Amino acid sequence: MSIDKETVKKIASLSRIAITDAEADAFVPELNQILGWVEQLGEVDCSRVEPMTAVIPNKLRLRDDVVTDGEIRDKILANAPIADHGFFAVPKVIE
Amino acid sequence: MTEIYDLGIAGIRSGIADGDFTAREVAETFNARVCAAKPLNAFLVETPEHALAAADATDKARAAGETLGKMAGVPIGMKDLFCTQGVETTAASGILKGFVPQYESTVSANLFQAGAGMLGKLNLDQFAMGSSNETSAFGNVISPWRRNDGGNSDLTPGGSSGGSAAVVSGRIAPAATGTDTGGSIRQPAAFTGITGFKPTYGRCSRWGTIAFASSLDQAGPMAHDVRDCAIMLEAMAGFDAKDSTSLDLPVPDWEAALNSNLAGKKIGIPKEYRVENMPAAIDALWQKGIEMLKDAGAHIVDVSLPHTKYALPAYYIIAPAEASSNLSRYDGVRYGLRDLPDGAGLQDMYAATREAGFGPEVKRRIMIGTYVLSAGYYDAYYTQAQKVRTLIAQDFDKAWNSCDLLLAPTAPSAAFGLGEKMDDPLAMYLNDVFTVPSSLAGLPAMSVPAGLDGKGLPLGLQIIGKALDEQSVFNAGLAIEERAGFVAKPEQWW
Repeated sequence: MSIDKETVKKIASLSRIAITDAEADAFVPELNQILGWVEQLGEVDCSRVEPMTAVIPNKLRLRDDVVTDGEIRDKILANAPIADHGFFAVPKVIE
Repeated sequence: MTEIYDLGIAGIRSGIADGDFTAREVAETFNARVCAAKPLNAFLVETPEHALAAADATDKARAAGETLGKMAGVPIGMKDLFCTQGVETTAASGILKGFVPQYESTVSANLFQAGAGMLGKLNLDQFAMGSSNETSAFGNVISPWRRNDGGNSDLTPGGSSGGSAAVVSGRIAPAATGTDTGGSIRQPAAFTGITGFKPTYGRCSRWGTIAFASSLDQAGPMAHDVRDCAIMLEAMAGFDAKDSTSLDLPVPDWEAALNSNLAGKKIGIPKEYRVENMPAAIDALWQKGIEMLKDAGAHIVDVSLPHTKYALPAYYIIAPAEASSNLSRYDGVRYGLRDLPDGAGLQDMYAATREAGFGPEVKRRIMIGTYVLSAGYYDAYYTQAQKVRTLIAQDFDKAWNSCDLLLAPTAPSAAFGLGEKMDDPLAMYLNDVFTVPSSLAGLPAMSVPAGLDGKGLPLGLQIIGKALDEQSVFNAGLAIEERAGFVAKPEQWW
């Protein structure tokens, strides 16, 4: 499965990365090389195999539904590029 | 009289206990080594005060006759992938420049609780993506090793834990934390002639460890030798309720139970790890390793791990897929870099921030990950890779029917020169060929230095064990260490 520049731009858009035209050009052969290489996995007969969901058999623990954290608003905002009135401030969402 | 800076964890601990020197002297010695090692570019942030404060606490506790922690008096380097409260943490990326965590990662908290002090935050491949420490936004780490051909080429210390490997081998820190996703502790340990251990998946908590690939990432120690790694891993590991993948099991007394007598143990030699064009020096070292383990009483058997060749391609689907999800949090909203072009709306802010903040390898992997998870391709790539991953894990399970441990080289070459492999991402990925399979299966594995190549550069041997059987891995590593007689150190060029 070979990808072209248009596909690279679409992937970049899905990834929310504003790549330049030059970067898109560079990514085409690089991504194609990597994808061509990983394609060999198609050789493997996986018809009777389940995908791995847990690396080491483990149970997903549940905990009691009680509040054990919080009231640390200033810490949470400490690294914010712009914080305002106790919120993270972002540019308006354009429709 | 050994210089303080040549001592490892065990040597420092006993020296302090015996009154040979104080913890403060140790911290001052290493702080000075850190200051003098700037040409290596191993540290992103230096924290001499932290090391001194921890040392003073140890000296005070010792004077008061209190029991000292496992790492008391030992100043360490901290890979800059662990969130350290109040100390800038960047994952070597521009997108986190200036980020100061408001909390401590569990692994660093455990180490400080055990008495360790921090010399500083260590440089690494950006977001742990790389095998040569050439993808950091803050410059390459230069290995303390040089080839013996008289040239002055700068060499890679390996990656992604390049800073960690450089400082331990250069005797700038007695030990350092690393993380291993596809080999990032083991390969740099092999390249720099030190010992590095990746535990069973889930042994070390990932809480506060900046995520690359959540089903693969594991923290681990990088130190002078097997005993030091055992001590440090005991301090790092343990159940953490804040990590849903954390193993709820007690931490074994790995150091106390170290035993290099391997009578009754069977060591498997995986035939698929004998790759085409394997350098003769590495093959010879592997043979030497076999003889060493036999000498320790082990029985050697040939085993087959038939899906080995699919491990790297499976990894380079699964890891980027997980990374594309984990790195989606870097959007300029809550922390880190924000790039807001004039008149930009929210979506433009995301895209501009991530374009400016991520390096090329990070972008490459996010895009591969996004592609293999996208509609229409998910089953062909991601699901297929997850199924192959099951087969790879089953290969190991079947091998354990005939052996207890596996012996293999750690890396397919000695350290290469900086810049030598940057043109071809794929060539760089092949560095991980021996380490990735055990990562995919979540198995404990370590690299021990075992010899030098023709240019005087270190080569390592890798031991892989059954899940939760770190002890047997440590023991086999010790058997090799005792017989390999590896005493080589880099000659200080800085």
